[in-house]
Amino acid sequence: MKRREAVGAMAMAALTAAFKWTPAEAQRAATLAREAMAAKTPFTPAFFTPHEWDTVRVLADLVIPKDERSGSATDAGVPEYMDFMLNDRPDGQTPMRGGLAWLDNECYERFGKTFVAATPTEQTAVLDDIAWPKKARAEMSQGVAFFNMFRDMTASGFWTSKMGITDLKYQGNTFVPEWKGCPPEALQKLGVQYED
Amino acid sequence: MRFATQASPADVVIVGSGAGGGMAAYVLARAGVNVTVLEAGVPWDNTTDSAMLTWPYESPRRGASTKERPFGEFDGCIGGWEIPGEPYTVAPGEKFRWWRARMVGGRTNHWGRISLRFGPRDFKAHTFDGLGDDWPISYDDVRPYYDKLEQLVGVFGTKENIPNAPDSLFLPPPKPRCYELLVQQAARRLNVTCVPSRLSILTRPLNGRAACHYCGQCGRGCKTNSNFSSTNVLIAPALKTGKLTLQTNAMAREITLDKSGRASGVTYIDTKDGSEHHVDARVVVLAASACETSRLLLNSKSASFPNGLANGSGTVGKYLTDTTGTDVGGFVPKMMDPVPHNHDGVGGMHVYMPWWLDNKKLDFPRGYHIEVWGGTGLPEAGFGGGIQDQQGGGYGKQLKNDYRRYYGAHVGFSGRGEMIPNDGSYCEIDPRVVDKWGIPVLRFHWKFTDHEYLQVKHMQETFRALITEMGGTPWGNMPSKEDGYGIAAGGVIIHELGGARMGADPKTSVVNSNCQTHEVKNLFVADGSPFTSQADKNPTWTIMALSMRTSEYIANQLKTRAL
Repeated sequence: MKRREAVGAMAMAALTAAFKWTPAEAQRAATLAREAMAAKTPFTPAFFTPHEWDTVRVLADLVIPKDERSGSATDAGVPEYMDFMLNDRPDGQTPMRGGLAWLDNECYERFGKTFVAATPTEQTAVLDDIAWPKKARAEMSQGVAFFNMFRDMTASGFWTSKMGITDLKYQGNTFVPEWKGCPPEALQKLGVQYED
Repeated sequence: MRFATQASPADVVIVGSGAGGGMAAYVLARAGVNVTVLEAGVPWDNTTDSAMLTWPYESPRRGASTKERPFGEFDGCIGGWEIPGEPYTVAPGEKFRWWRARMVGGRTNHWGRISLRFGPRDFKAHTFDGLGDDWPISYDDVRPYYDKLEQLVGVFGTKENIPNAPDSLFLPPPKPRCYELLVQQAARRLNVTCVPSRLSILTRPLNGRAACHYCGQCGRGCKTNSNFSSTNVLIAPALKTGKLTLQTNAMAREITLDKSGRASGVTYIDTKDGSEHHVDARVVVLAASACETSRLLLNSKSASFPNGLANGSGTVGKYLTDTTGTDVGGFVPKMMDPVPHNHDGVGGMHVYMPWWLDNKKLDFPRGYHIEVWGGTGLPEAGFGGGIQDQQGGGYGKQLKNDYRRYYGAHVGFSGRGEMIPNDGSYCEIDPRVVDKWGIPVLRFHWKFTDHEYLQVKHMQETFRALITEMGGTPWGNMPSKEDGYGIAAGGVIIHELGGARMGADPKTSVVNSNCQTHEVKNLFVADGSPFTSQADKNPTWTIMALSMRTSEYIANQLKTRAL
């Protein structure tokens, strides 16, 4: 029943859209989304359309793919994070929706198909034109703006996930009985030392 | 209709439960005085309400801000720049932002716990440079209260013998973080004084409170009460005396007078149901914050005080100042590829830079101190934002690895300096607008002069030099003169002072040296409003020392029946 509950909560959220989540609703939606992911049941986005959802999943994994140290953006629940944040902050909705549409328009122009239908080589050819702002051609400026935003949201979602924080080897957010300062290797790296 | 809810009249009613109100409640309740505190906001208990040690992924928002929590959803301060139903206005073309807390403890739930004594010169700055006015009291009048405050609350730091940055009774400071040593190295090369910071966070147990556990999350509210907030260090023990009645959701509307012209109590609105109530009291203490206190006085009009209570001088709301501020961050290549280790530390910097220069050789008066930030903190929403500005952009495995390499490879400096009071910076009652309780609201006027602009320009130049000295590159260009050199708008540093300033002359000031209004003997202020001037120090420590001094005076006066 968990999946149905999750779908229900999200659908409810979609109906009340333009909306603000109360903390309790947000908490519940997040818990349900986590459970759905853990149970490998499909997540039904509240903001993204099914086609946008497919596009976001492909694009997020192109931005942060799996490597030897950790999984990919979709492994870390980045699309679900984006879906939540776009409802939490409606100002981001049009830039996201429009940016994804821009990406499809560009792919239609070049290859006669959508971004998700394009081959990996075709997909990266488009990204190569918008992923490096300083090198990008002037006519790509809207694509650049969209990709900067999408990259930021992907990073925000990935590196604040449990997977991302573990990958960064962050060691805090815990009780430290005695503060001893930083270890010798860290000091050495910066070329500094404690006096006394 | 008005309800009488009080069993017996209070000796003292205090408006506000923050730094000043909390201290007044603590001192008076412990002196055996019956105290009622009116707090406009909601109850809060750090041990149960704090989000301390929450991981970002425990929330779908990952710690991002909300309208109710502009400093992030895990932040321990309820309030913000805008409060629904409680507007304020700003004169056309001028800029001012007002941060208000609506909870027990007020803005002590928000502040950075930077706890600096004002120095001897700060009380008599006019004597040195002819600007503003001297206080009617001196450092020596306040010094014993700083001493007592530090024994009660606790502050860490080091004895430095800097003439106008007096040493406190310090607990030992935490060792600097590794990047802070790098900052210190650069500061030394540029002859900028950089010493251990001075924060009211316990590095040793004190008065039944546990020592810090170095999670770096003071801003969320400390579940072990190892840092200072009015709620846990002042209000809680005051409640234990049985002498304090804490009334939350109580929005003060007006100070009432009896036939003899003495204050008789405070009318307030219960924000839960909109009903109106009154607390009768022998003494009224206003500690609602500099601007709210001005508002209350200005809204308390009567035949004998047509321009607002205790406002015969016409200076209520005037001489309003905020700390000057600007920030510069930068990328430091040396800090790339960090060696993994926990350097959360306390909730704030472990080193800071007190004012170190001689104004005689500069083109602006008064000084500023520098706050330090950077390094590898707990990743929260916004992590890695704008990475393309540092490494060009891209996507895929290369980008993913860049996020790791650039993690924490930055430092930042925030300047916090002294503004001189001027005629263009004040608050008054807006002639048209009321809040949802029907109470007329404040309208702000704000102006900076070259004193502030040139000081902030110097901050920008200094911070950029420090970052460059560390081998780094500042983010963004030096702001232009047209952009005010990057000066933060009035109110943004959340250090508003003045509005009911202290002075010996009733024609030019609102309160005397005991923070007692010249015109109403049983009316006192105990927040930032009596400050005659700012300083290059955060005001909270002095607000508390002055409140302690005023409250002891009130207790003695009540004892001798002089009030």
